[in-house]
Amino acid sequence: MANNRVLVVGGGLAGLSATMKLAELGIAVDLLSLTPVKRSHSVCAQGGINSVNDQTRQQGDTEWNHFDDTIYGGDFLQNQPPVKEMAYWAPKVIDLMDRLGVTFNRTPEGYIDRRRFGGTLYKRTAFAGATTGQQLLYALDEQVRRWEVEGLVKKYEFWDFLGPILDDNGRCVGAVAQDMVSMEIRSFAADAVVVATGGCGLVYGRSTMSVFCTGSAASRCFQAGAKYGNGEFIQVHPTAIPGADKLRLMSESARGEGGRVWVPRKPNDTRAPKQIPASERYFFLEERFPKYGNLVPRDIATREIFNICVNEGLSVDPTRMCVYLDLTHIPRHELDRKLGGILEIYEKFQGVDPREEPMKIFPAVHYSMGGLWVDYEANGEGGLLPGSPRNQSTNIPGLYAIGECDYQYHGANRLGANSLLSCIFSGLFVGPGIVNWMKSNKAAADLPKSIFERAVGEHTARHKKLLSNASGAGENPYLLHQELGDIMTRTATVVRYNNQLTEAYEKVSAMIERSQRCSLADTGNWTNQNVIFTKSLQDMIPIAQCILKGALMRDESRGAHFKPDFCMPSLQATDPTERRLEAEKWCDAFEENTNKFLKSSVCSWKGQEPDLVFEDIDTRLMKPRPRLYGLVGGEVIEEVWKQRSRSKEESAPSKPAAAKQLAGSV
Amino acid sequence: MIAPGPELSPARRPSKINVRVLRQDGPGTPPYWERHQVDYEPDMNVISVLQKIAAQATTFDGKKVSPVAWDCGCLEEVCGSCTMVINGRVRQSCSALVDRLLEDNPEEIQLQPMTKFPVVRDLMIDRSRLFHSLKRVQAWVPVDSYFDMGAGPRIPREDQEQNYPLSQCMSCGCCLEACPQFNKVEVIRHAGESDEAFDARKKQAYDAEFIGPHAISQAMLFNSHPVGKNLQKERLETLTGTGGIQACGNAQNCVAVCPKEIPLTTSIARAGRAATLHTIKKLFDR
Repeated sequence: MANNRVLVVGGGLAGLSATMKLAELGIAVDLLSLTPVKRSHSVCAQGGINSVNDQTRQQGDTEWNHFDDTIYGGDFLQNQPPVKEMAYWAPKVIDLMDRLGVTFNRTPEGYIDRRRFGGTLYKRTAFAGATTGQQLLYALDEQVRRWEVEGLVKKYEFWDFLGPILDDNGRCVGAVAQDMVSMEIRSFAADAVVVATGGCGLVYGRSTMSVFCTGSAASRCFQAGAKYGNGEFIQVHPTAIPGADKLRLMSESARGEGGRVWVPRKPNDTRAPKQIPASERYFFLEERFPKYGNLVPRDIATREIFNICVNEGLSVDPTRMCVYLDLTHIPRHELDRKLGGILEIYEKFQGVDPREEPMKIFPAVHYSMGGLWVDYEANGEGGLLPGSPRNQSTNIPGLYAIGECDYQYHGANRLGANSLLSCIFSGLFVGPGIVNWMKSNKAAADLPKSIFERAVGEHTARHKKLLSNASGAGENPYLLHQELGDIMTRTATVVRYNNQLTEAYEKVSAMIERSQRCSLADTGNWTNQNVIFTKSLQDMIPIAQCILKGALMRDESRGAHFKPDFCMPSLQATDPTERRLEAEKWCDAFEENTNKFLKSSVCSWKGQEPDLVFEDIDTRLMKPRPRLYGLVGGEVIEEVWKQRSRSKEESAPSKPAAAKQLAGSV
Repeated sequence: MIAPGPELSPARRPSKINVRVLRQDGPGTPPYWERHQVDYEPDMNVISVLQKIAAQATTFDGKKVSPVAWDCGCLEEVCGSCTMVINGRVRQSCSALVDRLLEDNPEEIQLQPMTKFPVVRDLMIDRSRLFHSLKRVQAWVPVDSYFDMGAGPRIPREDQEQNYPLSQCMSCGCCLEACPQFNKVEVIRHAGESDEAFDARKKQAYDAEFIGPHAISQAMLFNSHPVGKNLQKERLETLTGTGGIQACGNAQNCVAVCPKEIPLTTSIARAGRAATLHTIKKLFDR
């Protein structure tokens, strides 16, 4: 395969792990990124990376349990084989990162230390202080630099991916990109293109994401014909520090290390937090969710914090909404060793020492569970078939998506410390499949030049047209972006209503035309950030439409997608017989809803708006069951549900039992 | 997210902020100062000031101008993108809070690009030399493969506690800006020069110059890793060669400006000792 080249777009954890794996397999890689890859958004990940480990194993944990927690936490919205494969690979991923020199925290004996994260009862999470993402990224960045020196990797940093190039058969044979310094637009012939461009937080204006996370690269693939799945599932992280330019993450590890969320029981209590005695503090997560406490899954913690401020009027600050996240009961040296990085962020940006004063936090848009639709090929055991060219492939042959920009692993809600895992896993796993894909295809470098010239011509025309809109009478791209962010934040975050979503969809759709009329303050051809931003803004809109359309059409509540008009209520009856009856009805309603909505929403681009269809989910390994964290009456529902499942199993004994057995034998 | 209004701060807030930016249209063109004014809001940092300047694209006296170009990423001081010289001091612009800057100088905020790197445009600079230094010291663990070979070596807690701070280096370049021994190298592309030829010329120019405190510290980080130290000799060769450790003048500015408080001078002292031993050993091995 002397002539073969792969183009990897994006140099975060996913892009870098794909690059180094491909290089190891002898494939030359062009690595394209908006920023020096060492500065990619993965650096912002704080808490850690999950896997079953020697310690949890002896407490009864298994890979299967990790798989189960991930699926249950994601409310069953994932195709199960990829998730299973990821959970079974997780210990190997951490071993590899350990060998690459990641400075994981250590136990006194020198083993990798672990902490507990949300949505599990085991201490699965390996961590490097509170800058785990940064440390993992640096280890991969170092390996890729090594391959760069070897000559197998060529980096194109400060380059903007403009779109894939398809040949006449619809196969992806490269991409067009633009040098953000010289503004040169050129094509890259590639036998496969791997998009690893992360999330789309900027669609919401401010979020916990870096400025690069516009979603525009995924959008450019979407507009070229790739499908986009589960867009409506946007994770709002429960704990962030509000700011004028961005909302800074306060890691879940703060709660993993014992941080407690509370508000004063008395509304508008003006006392300093330390003056409020324990009996007058409302530890609402611990009281409402005795099993998981402060470590309930994120969607639930977010809704509770939102609710306590908005509906119960218990915000701890009269001028803005926030609750306390309290670490002050934990010894200082312990905090510095395990959480130093995030405490410094709080201190630097808020001017308050969180070791002495409880932090003030509020939810913020954080992660896109949805993304480019990707395929997979299962093996006989319900995991993935290694080396299959279908794994991580979009519906455009030769175009792959990995990491946060695929829709594959986290369903309706991502568990903390699973994102770093999914990024590295998908990056490593995609390589062998691509090698096999290339074996069966003509090298892109040997294709007629006209294919590439045509694509460059189209993108050059778009660029020039935008530069010529210099009249000054058009839209200001930065203000239009603010407007988009405000609409999205108001209507498509924690609580969603159909009337608001309908209105938002109309307004956002109108922005397609408005964004074409942006007039630029800079019409030059040297490091023109103005035109780069405007193009990414234009491409945020189709993604925003996917999010809104999915949210609108999904008349149910599932994970991060919550509609008060369509949610499963708690049980009201107190009499045991009535309660039981109520639980029976609850389960009927649940089954009906599952049949209707346990499906991926999959969008295709139709020029002005997305077309949405619901697609069945592969639940071959584990049947969906009610997600009952802390629901009133949950124990009765669970009992009824188990009984029903048992009687179903008896009538059809072979299937679930076989699946379980197969899974256990891996 | 939805939370409006940040912390309250002193009553003596201005309604406007004056900002002076040292601009430059491109490499080889003369720099010039430009005055801007933006509305004050509570809780601002230099990034939000620059965002406002970009949206206005109009100077203090109403002249339409192109937005100021600058580099930024995470906005929480872990990516290293947004380094610039603010009121005369090199630092990250995301953690430069406007209230603090106005306490020091209520008249204006002054923004300049770093001076030790070639300006690309305005506040954007080219830091490729900084990353090139990481290649010079082979800052990586030379593992055999990425196949599953089980866990890495066990690491004592003290070693992790020594290494983790070094590993937090985000390649921001503050230490290089502050270092008197690190001088600007600007290689101008010849007309019609190919990428390869230009890269080769840059490499040659960089290799002749001081490697910088960040790279020395990375060399120490990897020399103390059980497998990383397989390249110890090669790293020490670099550190004892041209632009290596002997170029350090021990001004100790690097450690003073490091936003991550990395003990750079400790690393340099360790590197100095290791380099001496390496040189002596080479003498006897001859």
